[in-house]
Amino acid sequence: MNDFDYVAVISIPEAVQRLSGAGSGGRVLAGGTDLIVQLRAGKIRPSLLVDIKGIPELTTVEYSPEKGLVIGAAVPCLGLCRESALIEHYPGLLDAVSLIGGVQIQGRATLGGNLCNASPAADSIPALIVHRAACLIAGPDGRRQVPVEQFCIAPGQTILQPGEFLVSLHLPPPPAGFGAAYLRFIPRNEMDIAVTGAAAALRLDPPTASGPPRIAWAHAALSAVAPTPLDVPEVGEYLAGKPATNEHLAEAARIAQAAVRPIADMRGSLEQRRHLAGVLVRRAFEKALQRARA
Amino acid sequence: MTHSIIVHTTLNSQEIEFLCEPRQSLLEVLREGLGLTGAKQACNNGNCGACSVILDGVLVNACLVLAVEVEGKSITTIEGIGGPGGLHPLQEEFLKQAALQCGICTPGFIVAAKVLLDQNSRPSEIEVRRWLAGNLCRCTGYDKIVRAVLAAAERMAETPLEVQA
Amino acid sequence: MSDKQTPIKDFQVIGTSPLRPDAVDKVTGRALFGDDVRLPGMLYGVVLRSPHSHARILSIDTRKAEALPGVFGAVTAADLPSFTDAGAYQRYQAENALANQKALYYGHPVAAVAAINPHIAQEALGLIDVTYEILPVILDVRQAMAEDAPILLDDLRTHEAGSRSDHSSNVASHEQTSCGDLELGFSQAAFIVEREFHTSTVHQGYIEPQNATAQAHEDGQITIWCSTQGAFGVRDQVAEILRVPVSHIRVIPMEIGGGFGGKNNVYLEPLAALLSRKCAHRPVKMIMGYDEVLAATGPTSASYIKVKIGAAADGRLIAAQAVLCYAAGAYPGSPVTSGMDCIFAPYKIPHVQIDGYDVVVNKPRTASYRAPGGTNANFAGEVVIDELCEKLGMDPLEFRLLNGVQTGDRKADGMPLPVIGFHEVIQAAQQTPQLSAPLEGPYRGRGVACGYWGNYGGTSSASASVNADGAISLVEGSVDLGSGRVAIAMQLAEAMELPYQDIQTVVGDTATVGYTEGTYGSRATFATGWAVYELAQSLKGQLCERAALLWDVEPDQVGYGKGAFTNRVSAESMSLRALASHMDETGGPVVASASVHPSKEGPAFGVHIADVEVDPETGKVSVLRYTAVQDVGKAIHPIYVEGQIQGGVAQGIGWGMNEEYVYDEQGRLLNASLLDYRLPTSLDLPMIETVLVEVPNPGHPYGVRGVGEMPIVPPPAALANAIYRAVGVRMQILPMSPPRILEALWEKERN
Repeated sequence: MNDFDYVAVISIPEAVQRLSGAGSGGRVLAGGTDLIVQLRAGKIRPSLLVDIKGIPELTTVEYSPEKGLVIGAAVPCLGLCRESALIEHYPGLLDAVSLIGGVQIQGRATLGGNLCNASPAADSIPALIVHRAACLIAGPDGRRQVPVEQFCIAPGQTILQPGEFLVSLHLPPPPAGFGAAYLRFIPRNEMDIAVTGAAAALRLDPPTASGPPRIAWAHAALSAVAPTPLDVPEVGEYLAGKPATNEHLAEAARIAQAAVRPIADMRGSLEQRRHLAGVLVRRAFEKALQRARA
Repeated sequence: MTHSIIVHTTLNSQEIEFLCEPRQSLLEVLREGLGLTGAKQACNNGNCGACSVILDGVLVNACLVLAVEVEGKSITTIEGIGGPGGLHPLQEEFLKQAALQCGICTPGFIVAAKVLLDQNSRPSEIEVRRWLAGNLCRCTGYDKIVRAVLAAAERMAETPLEVQA
Repeated sequence: MSDKQTPIKDFQVIGTSPLRPDAVDKVTGRALFGDDVRLPGMLYGVVLRSPHSHARILSIDTRKAEALPGVFGAVTAADLPSFTDAGAYQRYQAENALANQKALYYGHPVAAVAAINPHIAQEALGLIDVTYEILPVILDVRQAMAEDAPILLDDLRTHEAGSRSDHSSNVASHEQTSCGDLELGFSQAAFIVEREFHTSTVHQGYIEPQNATAQAHEDGQITIWCSTQGAFGVRDQVAEILRVPVSHIRVIPMEIGGGFGGKNNVYLEPLAALLSRKCAHRPVKMIMGYDEVLAATGPTSASYIKVKIGAAADGRLIAAQAVLCYAAGAYPGSPVTSGMDCIFAPYKIPHVQIDGYDVVVNKPRTASYRAPGGTNANFAGEVVIDELCEKLGMDPLEFRLLNGVQTGDRKADGMPLPVIGFHEVIQAAQQTPQLSAPLEGPYRGRGVACGYWGNYGGTSSASASVNADGAISLVEGSVDLGSGRVAIAMQLAEAMELPYQDIQTVVGDTATVGYTEGTYGSRATFATGWAVYELAQSLKGQLCERAALLWDVEPDQVGYGKGAFTNRVSAESMSLRALASHMDETGGPVVASASVHPSKEGPAFGVHIADVEVDPETGKVSVLRYTAVQDVGKAIHPIYVEGQIQGGVAQGIGWGMNEEYVYDEQGRLLNASLLDYRLPTSLDLPMIETVLVEVPNPGHPYGVRGVGEMPIVPPPAALANAIYRAVGVRMQILPMSPPRILEALWEKERN
């Protein structure tokens, strides 16, 4: 790796100061499972690593039924998988979080890091999108909030400006009748980057005496089918107000398929990704529906 | 080395300090600086688990931790498993079940399995396989490794478990 | 060399499963593998590799790199001796170690530097200036065979039927095996199946990267510590590449973290030695990154194979033809002839023609991979056989019983088979629990495939001495890949009629044991086992003479059995342990050495059964259950024989399902990491059931047959045949990854 300095900070102002002071040479270090790989490959050559794992606001998880969920950007995935708030109220997010690497990676990798790495194939981002997450950012000009679907602007690039870093993610409380799920396809059973991934969320109207439940609103987002994680509002527009039948879910899947812009690379072919987009959106909605009904 | 850092840490129950550059991984410092070669440099990028160590009770790949990050923390390596009293049941079962051939992945597997059994004393076969999916073995096909972990769990729990063969 | 074979019954040690000598060190992390070597004053070396897969190297300038503080020296091909008078093979060896004038594959070594730590060494690489002239790239074996293909090696001529062609070519050789009359045979066939197959480049995937530490001493001696399958092979190759006498080199094999054939060739050893010479004779340690392992060591051949097989209406095979085109990588030497040996080997077929082509392409030079050449060929042959069985309406195992070879049958090359156990294996397969277990549910299928591997003998040496406490110290020449050392020690214990615990075993190096070929060809337990058997005969003979001295009788009046000597005259007896304490006064130490070159290795046959489930929406294949039945001759250490079979099956499953090299059009390897070169994880495999059939090999005192390579041969075919029964598509390409399964399903739907 190139030579760099390292500092562990314990407050947000200190982190901002150090990052700003390093100009474009400063990088935030949380779990390191993407950063260290990139350092070793020479893809990035920072002059300073700012370790933010000691900042309390970045390593806590808070939930209340009124405010929803606040996840510190540096909470490791393993910790998130053990939080009762997520297990009980945000299983769709846990679907994604628990898929990020094997156990050793889970012990270090963070949700915030997965988001900031901004891979088009990131597992967490579609799930965050359908949960309508907001990103809290700190920087030299203070704090700001950005909807998660605006956070990634190109492969590996985010809207973070020099000196800025991600503090936490805010997820609104799930309303009654809500269900969400994330599924991805990989060739093995573990350890692979997603060939395609799909997150689905929906909210059902209160059940009536007969017939399938009616979808109040729905939301779908996909990974690895576009330069950035892909929000597909057309799916939500189509499903809103419709009964949750197999036919409607299948049509929603077709709409998602039409919206994707995949590339062919060593992890998947174009046709395969387009096809999987449909399969996974349908399956993700089926799982979300199950959870919404429960 | 103009900016080497002194790191204070607990390693295999001993308080130590070492000097390192920020760019050195924990794996590199263990192997080069501290003479602990049990954790292996294999893929050196978090894909094979051969460098598995325990950091504050959490299973991690030492190649993806910078040495400077372990300040004030506690590390257990393969050298810290088993002790003067003898081998850990996992080590004994790995021997008995022939769960190793070349042995390069073995320290990583034993460290990983130890963390599993510390948290889940009665894992099922699928739970063992899922937990160990971050450790690659090319010699054994995993069959005897899984059996060894289940056998160790059984011994440690002193109740029989079922192998879903 | 004794020809007698001990009757195989009442073994005391063979067939048990004692603890390996190296096992405790391996579960505690104390065992020293190649990268665990540390020497005072050690430097760290790294390699600069060509980013182009085919290019002329116009200039290399290492001066800036050498000037970087912390760097002690750099080497290029200019530091190698001249090879203008050497044969092609020797030149290729040297060129593969350090490119001379041409880079022939992405990752081809161009230079190397040594520095005080690996980070500075890596930085130094960025300061080496190389200018290239990029040349057209050839990756596909059939394209390389075309008349107008760009030529990789200007001096390469095609060897064919004993002569060389007169023009340059990428085809290094064309061999043919035939018997009978192919045209006549096919004309008599009632059913004929003909198919083409493609297999991708795959790698042995050993977890431990190549490594070497070298010390070039001031007096010209060179000491090398490395992880290798054969210390003598390393010594020979380094001697060739540096053009120094073999006796000037000592190679000390460390514990090795997997080889599977890929750690017989040298890569870093000569570079480390050159660097040590350049860097004030300081020891230099080198270890590859895993990207280098994949890009620039020795994967096995990608291949294109055509197979045509004809059978009579009653199911008997009549005619078979195969064309095998194997990609050798940058220099000749693919395992195509072994593939030719394997492809129809399990069957009696009167009319056969097999053509094999060894072809160079812009990929790293291939190295052996566990039954080299066999898996590719077996995939093609066994899928066609399965289709024939379907057309004939015959049960696949009944078909093998009808057509399977037996002892004495001749192979296509005319060689008669020695004692083999193929029929026993088939019958055992028919009795396995898996075969009779119901497999219910949609998209599930069961497939079978059989396979053959010839195994190999080769030269082995060992020496032993009797200790005063009665234990035997054994130094054997075979590097232990994970079970050889204990199996060899057990054979010495058996031959000495002593408990296993009385044998202390070490693996020797090139200075401490006689010449021994590498641990490959499934030969260590077989050939080095023969060597220790010979040692035992010598030791027992000498000890009988010592007992005779003590008892004042003739040596032929002393008997030996089960660790004790008997005076046949007085009926006195004395344990070996007691006799050992008298060595001093009866003539001194009792030592023996043996070198053998046995030739009666026994071929191995196997039958594999795979149950799979296919997700037709995603193309994902899950392996639900797997049984491998194999003739293992005599299992010296049964639990490790099981382990060898399970390991080979796991590699075969990876080969069949997800492992492949992905190159871009410029020939750059895109998936040079264990993230995207997809070895099976513990979650991808079921328990692997093994059935050990023992048909002893009469060419070995204990009936040993090689076991390690056979199990990697049938899995891709077994899986392909299972996938066919699950979803009705016959796969003709490896790996059978999800997008390819999807393509095949969509193709089937369209038709």
